[in-house]
Amino acid sequence: MVAGFIPPSAGHVRIAGQDVTRRPPYARDTGMVFQSYALFPHMSVAQNVAFGLEMRKVGRGERETRVVEALRMVRLDHLADRLPGQLSGGQQQRVALARALVVNPAVFLLDEPLSNLDAKLRGEVRMEIRGLQQRLGLTTLIVTHDQEEALTMADRLVVMERGRVRQVGTAEELYESPRDPFVAGFVGRCNLIEGQPEGEAGFRARGGALLPRAAGTPSARGEMVLALRPERITLAAPSPGEGAARLEAITYLGAQTEYVVDYAGTSLVVIRATPPEGDPLRRLAPGDAVALTWDAAAARLLPAQ
Amino acid sequence: MDAALLRRALYRGSIAFAFLLMLAPVLTVVTISFFRQEIVSFPPEALTLRWYVNAWSQQEFARGFITSLEVAALATLIGVPLGTAAALALQRSGIRGKEALNALLLGPLAVPGVVAGTALYMFYLRAEFWLDRDITATLEGLVAAHVLLTIPWSVRLVSASLAGLDRSAEEAAANLGARPLTVFWRVTLPMMRPGIVAAALFSFIQSFENLELTLLLVGPGRTTLPVAMLSYLEFRMDPTLSAVATVQIVLVAALMLLTDRFVKLSRVV
Repeated sequence: MVAGFIPPSAGHVRIAGQDVTRRPPYARDTGMVFQSYALFPHMSVAQNVAFGLEMRKVGRGERETRVVEALRMVRLDHLADRLPGQLSGGQQQRVALARALVVNPAVFLLDEPLSNLDAKLRGEVRMEIRGLQQRLGLTTLIVTHDQEEALTMADRLVVMERGRVRQVGTAEELYESPRDPFVAGFVGRCNLIEGQPEGEAGFRARGGALLPRAAGTPSARGEMVLALRPERITLAAPSPGEGAARLEAITYLGAQTEYVVDYAGTSLVVIRATPPEGDPLRRLAPGDAVALTWDAAAARLLPAQ
Repeated sequence: MDAALLRRALYRGSIAFAFLLMLAPVLTVVTISFFRQEIVSFPPEALTLRWYVNAWSQQEFARGFITSLEVAALATLIGVPLGTAAALALQRSGIRGKEALNALLLGPLAVPGVVAGTALYMFYLRAEFWLDRDITATLEGLVAAHVLLTIPWSVRLVSASLAGLDRSAEEAAANLGARPLTVFWRVTLPMMRPGIVAAALFSFIQSFENLELTLLLVGPGRTTLPVAMLSYLEFRMDPTLSAVATVQIVLVAALMLLTDRFVKLSRVV
């Protein structure tokens, strides 16, 4: 929609204050990197990058210097004469970046730019894109399904679900105070417990457990969702007589350990720093009783979906 | 272990057999063209090149060869652009009745050549009457008929290459500031090239070796090579024909190999 390939069903698209809603793609001055890179297979790397400049009627001399510059920026100047088919995925990606950037677009659009790269390359290119964006001061719009990508790259995040905006904010805002369960579940991991608020600071889960929550009158009546981040729950060996919670599974993740705990009929995920060697928590096994506690303020009430 | 070995032997054997079956006629023709005796029989008395010399000296063959080349080249030059345009319309435009149109365009493949030839002949006679000029037995008439042969191939092959084309490359071009016509010339058309080259090659071959459709449309002094070969066969049955056929086979094979150097045919067909 921003690039102009799909007409919006309602509303306006403004780039730098100018309404471009009815402008065709070629007159929009956006630089887009496609998910499939969409390089021109019959043109060399340099010709690919030069295409946008040619369309803008930039003279040959200037064109050549700008192409070389752009390719140097993505560290591909030595491959200028290759055809796209002769490059690796990561290199093709960088050609696509250079091709979109060389024209100095008003908006830089990236459609899931990292989804076709392997995990190691993904981190690298992510840093690279972020670096380029910062250096050039470019307005950049990135579409991604990867929450980690979103959290690390963006200054401002827009969470969308089926074409509708759910919440707009910084990574921190979205993580700390999500507006609804979808956002809470999308940005980071989250226990989303269905049930009903009870009293001033309680929540009756559907499984029967009564959970402490942030105090306050609920915004809606009836069914609601309690959002509780797994790392906000502390886990301890139970003192005698206690033991409402039973450990169901433990996954060792290196620095962190993930526990799945049955809390009186409600399944909760808990993520803690892996306890040091010798700590009794280190010897926990599925079936053991554990005690769970959390700061009531960390358990936020959200409207049901 | 033994079973696996046997299975592999069977597998290889059946592949070899299939190839043998396909190549047998070609190999036979090529072999016979070198036999000395006039009535073909095994084993050959001796090997000779005299049939090639004989073929060379037959004016009908030389003339037919030239005519065939002319007709095939012209029919390809006309048919491929038409087929390409049709493929573009079928794949890209919003016209209605695409299914019917597609069937219609592929029609010439379904109609037996003799039937199409007869129909065309009658049509030409009628047209000659109305237009008051010769059409049957003219180069133009022949080319027009052969365009019919080239269109289905062009539509099929170009459509296939269009269908497999990554549209995001076109969007990328538009995004970089190319207007629709520029996108077509600079991106779409070059990306269609393998399909178009394959279409040209197959069209050429189709036209060059067509006999049935052509049979009724040629006239004295203007026959194509296949027709000339058939009429030679009516009077004599010596290996001269095998020699001509061998030359033809070599020509077509060379054409295919040459094309394959520029576009990988296996990727399109």
